[in-house]
Amino acid sequence: MSGNGHQPAEGEIRIGVYVCHCGSNIAGTVDVPEVARWAAEELKDQGVVIARDYRFMCSSPGQELVTDDIVNLGLNRIVVAACSPHLHENTFRTATARGGLNPYLCELVSIREQDSWVHTDKAAATAKAKAILAGGVERVRRNTPLEPITVDINPATLVVGGGIAGIQATLEIADAGFPVYLVEKDASIGGHMAQFDKTFPTLDCAACILTPRMVSAGTHPNVTLLTWSEVTHVDGFVGNFTATIRKKARYVDESLCTGCGICQEKCPKNVIDEVYEAGLGYRKAIYTPFDQAVPRIPVIDRENCTYFEKGTCKACEKFCEKDAIRFDQQDEEITIKVGNIILATGYDIFDARQIAQYGYGRLPNVFTSLEFERLSNSAGPTNGRVVLRDGVTEPKTVGIIHCVGSRDRNFNNYCSAICCMQSLKFAHLVKEHTGATVYDFYIDMRTAAKGYDEFYQRVLEEGTLFVRGKPAEVTEAGRLPGEEGKLIVQVEDTLTGRQRRIPVDMVVLSVGLQPRADAKEMAVRFGISCSFDGWAIEKHPKLDPVATMTEGVFIAGCVSGPKDIPASVSQGAAAAARVLGRIQQKQMNLEPIKATIDAESCSGCRICNALCPYNAITFDSAKAVSSINAAMCQGCGTCVAACPADAITGTGFTDEQVLAQIEGLLRVGADGEPLKRSSYPVAHHETIEEAVRA
Amino acid sequence: MSTQAPVAPVPVEGAATATTFEPVIIGFTCNWCSYRAADLAGTARTKYPPNVRLIRLMCSGRLDPTFVLKAFAEGADAVMVSGCHPGECHYIEQNYKALRRFRLLQRTIEALGIEPERLQLVWASAAEGVRLAGEIARVTEEVRALGPLDWPAGDIVDVDGVNLDAAWEATGGDESGPPEVPGGANPDHAVEALQ
Repeated sequence: MSGNGHQPAEGEIRIGVYVCHCGSNIAGTVDVPEVARWAAEELKDQGVVIARDYRFMCSSPGQELVTDDIVNLGLNRIVVAACSPHLHENTFRTATARGGLNPYLCELVSIREQDSWVHTDKAAATAKAKAILAGGVERVRRNTPLEPITVDINPATLVVGGGIAGIQATLEIADAGFPVYLVEKDASIGGHMAQFDKTFPTLDCAACILTPRMVSAGTHPNVTLLTWSEVTHVDGFVGNFTATIRKKARYVDESLCTGCGICQEKCPKNVIDEVYEAGLGYRKAIYTPFDQAVPRIPVIDRENCTYFEKGTCKACEKFCEKDAIRFDQQDEEITIKVGNIILATGYDIFDARQIAQYGYGRLPNVFTSLEFERLSNSAGPTNGRVVLRDGVTEPKTVGIIHCVGSRDRNFNNYCSAICCMQSLKFAHLVKEHTGATVYDFYIDMRTAAKGYDEFYQRVLEEGTLFVRGKPAEVTEAGRLPGEEGKLIVQVEDTLTGRQRRIPVDMVVLSVGLQPRADAKEMAVRFGISCSFDGWAIEKHPKLDPVATMTEGVFIAGCVSGPKDIPASVSQGAAAAARVLGRIQQKQMNLEPIKATIDAESCSGCRICNALCPYNAITFDSAKAVSSINAAMCQGCGTCVAACPADAITGTGFTDEQVLAQIEGLLRVGADGEPLKRSSYPVAHHETIEEAVRA
Repeated sequence: MSTQAPVAPVPVEGAATATTFEPVIIGFTCNWCSYRAADLAGTARTKYPPNVRLIRLMCSGRLDPTFVLKAFAEGADAVMVSGCHPGECHYIEQNYKALRRFRLLQRTIEALGIEPERLQLVWASAAEGVRLAGEIARVTEEVRALGPLDWPAGDIVDVDGVNLDAAWEATGGDESGPPEVPGGANPDHAVEALQ
């Protein structure tokens, strides 16, 4: 500290208060100079030695006010009244640290988001700003210096989900030279993209661009591929996660199988493939989902295998030259240690049966978009022939319906983002494969990405007939000439204002995307938040879209909401970049907002043990006290509030800090005048605290 | 000049506000959902009454019952507790613990002579700025209708409706304070002891 600076006496609290105008953002509604003047006068006894107002506190000169005052005036606490701590807390903590103080001796209170921006009455907003500032001053008096917690980062990464987003993330990290465990619940990686025929808007063959990636992920020396596996449990914290993975029994020895495929050829049992072929084709009871599967190792479907059903058959075992079939194989549990986790678990498709009036599941020639993908795929059940459910007849007219289950208050309010382009792709493919007349029923056409609107123009020029309106019904009850034997789409054409009945041979429902059925359980397993629908919540929807609010757990692709392939790939790469940054640093600092137990005061009641969802609290039966693992503690503070012995302290949010902040917030009434305290005899907080503790 | 429309009487500054009670409300928010909802309400310039003053906790599960009693004691007319929606807690399930405490607290303040409506629970996700603003407006209106917190509003009544003050006075109102309560916090035992 400089020689001309004031040295605070031992125990003396010297607070600097800085009230920001934020241009006119705050000063337009709050009398900022008045707030600063009031703080300097009225909060003098609280230790405020200087109160300034400044146009932009976050600017360099604004921050310098703080650092200079710390040096010159011997301040040891800082309160900035400006915007939300979520925006600039770090800015002012850093400025405080530059002045030589511990950064946690600085408080940022929000008089913008919580005051000037939401109120119009200047007098009331100014009074509220004073109250908020007084709360910050009272709180900062109780702040103590805190040191961040440093943890080591394990260089290995767990990627959950082997769709295109997960594959991209895996390859980025593996190519950078770090180990990756890629866990996929199905028998092969590839995800939904492996089911598609063409990809919009370029009409690339999906398999042609996807399979090289799959092979790279499957053969990469840094990648441990765990297919037919699921993560069942996750323990630990950023840098040091322990994940338990259940490797389901394949009934095939992976170390011996060469993937020759003879077992699949010889298996006598045909099973309808509800997953990969969307119910349109068959597979065997021992199978790989598709020819380009990675790995090429098949699995036995225990439910449908004749041997497991009747105890005889074993055709696969007889013909396997490598003796790789293992009917006695059991599920296996493996435990891995990783530093970071990327969740790329994708989506489910909307079940079109829920919209009964479109007839899916009842009217044979109503198809879902996924079924159409398989029909149009040259490797699909019809070898790429677009035909009706009878398997031979080509449709002469096809109706494609957008927004099935999306943008619909009865089902999902959101736009599924990919269906417009998917529908346009189908319109093009129908034309190309059959030459049929195509009607496209849309609410709004949403083609907002590179090359998308050009594709729309192309489909328009190809002669697809667009009808703007959401069909009310698809029916086979024809009553007009030309309707018999057809599916009739009843729709209000909102451009002409007329009701129309359009007879078609085939209807394709462009079904929306929705969160995985087990999305909420998954969120709990990995300790992340998800929305009411089940989409994972980003740390920030714009500025941090691949991070979650749980350190070390990242998200990529459709797990956080509907996305097309380019967006999913970008997110996979982005999540990998975030993880690589962590790995390169080798260590990272965690916020020191943690709970600690004072062993002297702990009575060993164990009430806190059951309250912690992270199992961070353990009970030492020898000493009969509980203790908290600081690295596992996420800092919620529930145990702090529950401890009947007051033995648990929550750093950053101690009882003393919060109670003092309450006192400060209630210093002035709605009119800005001192607030009357309750006359109730136990109103002195010491008494109440004692009463509650008793 | 006679055709000029009559000018509406200018409201006298202070006269109107003297009749309108402006409560002060303390709101506890969690760092992840409801505080972010308040941020979002700000960013979107969604207006709400200036009567609420927010405190940030990491989680609604951090809500120590003392905080609520402290707020009433310091002059708050109402307390609003807010957190992530059930099932969406950032800390997995801690808002359920807040919910349990909230229910208990409502009964406690009732026993202390405070209307239970002065303690309100509001769930708001980080995306629900408009909802939070609406709930703040609703709570403010309700508290305005209740009037200032007139604590004590009456005698201390326990959760079963037994008037503890009256019971105490029936024992002769010993100047040395309430009698020792054998059996601790169980109100049944307390009443038995007082009888």
